[in-house]
Amino acid sequence: MNAPTGDGWSRVIGPVEAALRARRDGGGKCLVVYVTGGLGDDWLDTARAVAAAGADVIEIGVPFSDPVMDGPTIQAANDVALAGGATPVSILDALRGADVGVPLAVMTYYNIAYRMGLERFAQSLTAAGVSGCILPDLPLEEAGPWLDVAAGAGVEPILLAAPTAPDERLPRICERTRGFVYGVGLLGVTGVRSELAASAVEIASRLKPITDVPVLVGVGIGTPDQAVEASRHGDGVVVGSAVVQRMVDRAGPEGVAELVAEFRAALDGS
Amino acid sequence: MTLQEPTPDGRFGEFGGRFVPETLIPAVLELEVEFRKAWADPTFRADLDALLSDYAGRPSPMTECHNLSEELGCRLFLKREDLNHTGSHKINNVLGQALLAQRMGKTRLLAETGAGQHGVASATAAALLGMECCVYMGEVDVKRQELNVFRMRLLGAEVRTAMSGSRTLKDAVNEAMRDWVATVTESHYCLGSVMGPHPYPWMVRTFHEVLGREAREQSEALLGGPPDVVVACVGGGSNAIGIFSGFADAATELVGVEPAGGAAVGRGVPGVVHGMDSYLMQDEFGQVLEAESISAGLDYPGVGPEHSHLASIGRARYEAVTDDEVVEAFQLLSRSEGIIPALEPAHALAWVSRERVSLAGKSVVVNLSGRGDKDVAQMMDILA
Repeated sequence: MNAPTGDGWSRVIGPVEAALRARRDGGGKCLVVYVTGGLGDDWLDTARAVAAAGADVIEIGVPFSDPVMDGPTIQAANDVALAGGATPVSILDALRGADVGVPLAVMTYYNIAYRMGLERFAQSLTAAGVSGCILPDLPLEEAGPWLDVAAGAGVEPILLAAPTAPDERLPRICERTRGFVYGVGLLGVTGVRSELAASAVEIASRLKPITDVPVLVGVGIGTPDQAVEASRHGDGVVVGSAVVQRMVDRAGPEGVAELVAEFRAALDGS
Repeated sequence: MTLQEPTPDGRFGEFGGRFVPETLIPAVLELEVEFRKAWADPTFRADLDALLSDYAGRPSPMTECHNLSEELGCRLFLKREDLNHTGSHKINNVLGQALLAQRMGKTRLLAETGAGQHGVASATAAALLGMECCVYMGEVDVKRQELNVFRMRLLGAEVRTAMSGSRTLKDAVNEAMRDWVATVTESHYCLGSVMGPHPYPWMVRTFHEVLGREAREQSEALLGGPPDVVVACVGGGSNAIGIFSGFADAATELVGVEPAGGAAVGRGVPGVVHGMDSYLMQDEFGQVLEAESISAGLDYPGVGPEHSHLASIGRARYEAVTDDEVVEAFQLLSRSEGIIPALEPAHALAWVSRERVSLAGKSVVVNLSGRGDKDVAQMMDILA
């Protein structure tokens, strides 16, 4: 599927972006939910329940030993999953043929892809039915080789835009990202905060006028109210730690889905 | 050859780079610009030189070890970084970075530490320059380096215990990076080795080149030329790169000595962690392995990218020694020369001792990167 962009040439729109555009163009706000892959025996059921509860896209976290962009909740979930024997291969194998119901993206760190080999990594994503990929320690300066491989394999590489980025940097990120542009909501690592940072609204406001790609804000979005507030200037949110905390607390697929339904309802009512 | 400036994208050969979250990119780009400006500014250089001489006690001497030379059968010299203020080479880099941070308007120094030497040096510079200082240290290291924890607190620094992962240096770096992501506006990350994202490996090397220059001049005076072999321990590799820089253009053989349980060059394959592409101990899926070493300062699964480059082009070679060999060497230098080495440079001495046959008749300079006071309590238990 091709869509015109501001500078006149076509770009491929993959399943993640198509789902988010559909939500946005229907007047809704997008909800992307992060689920730690390999955490417990029921993580795949959790992903299905999260999809049924109203997530537009699911991020499957592939645990890495040294997740420098993640706070205590996702770190702890990573450690449990790794101790339980989760590997990138076991997680992608589990996803292969599993119909979760919405497009998927993985979120992991660059060394997981680098060790596997970028080509093989991209192929294993598509073979597992994963459309998008987020690598939070791969900035624009280093992303070239991966962006080329991803484009060749039909993977949507989702790039992050940080509150510290100067204005000239943001259009370059928006131009290279696929799926959506991931606005980092605050200065800091993933995790629930008591209040929404002003930077969450600000990054969405800075990105929205310069791109037609869906603008989602993540990092520090812990409650439905915060999600509504952060979505006001953008197209939606990414929710991670709040959901993963429920998984760590063994709330089960229904318990996790309940929380996701609250986010969905809040966004729909906004 | 002399050690080169990295490419504009921060590469030494195929190694290096800037693999940090987007949030930190403006900070590392600004740091490179500001470092270049400062290094070209005679006032900055004069301020740093004055601190290095009047505060840190440079130049450090080079000592010929007559007793040990006789025992080993080579001509052994020690570059005495153990005699610097705060007890190790770490002060060279820290004074440079602290002055730079101040010039950039940062009010807080952020550091990771393994053995505590870099943490102590950072706390010292912060005290001197009136800056706030926060040091991350793994829980395992907090226990085995109690004395340095006390020193850092005495100097006014906050020591935060890293409880994640292996609870050693690797995890202290992770925690420091997480802190930096949140406080980048006011904090300068005072990285303690020739690792991390560009420009750190190059900048930290540049601040340590002073010890290499001195060692070269001292070798000329004592030996009439460069030595046959220069040996230094390698964790991240800052003391090694400092002394290698003084001899890279000579026919001198350069040897880096890693702990057997943390031999990134010896056992690693290229990987990306802590902002750099370099040799890394990792499993088949790319999960970083936990290093295991008697020495908290070398207990690190990675290595600075320039060492990976020097290894891959064959300009330096990297050897590994066991904890037992290190304990032997620690006692050997103490007994034969009256110098108690830190456990880190005891690795370099352990290799010289093991290789005494092949080194017979050669001139050997070991970078004695730190003194052993911090390790005495640990060694009391080990030798009990």
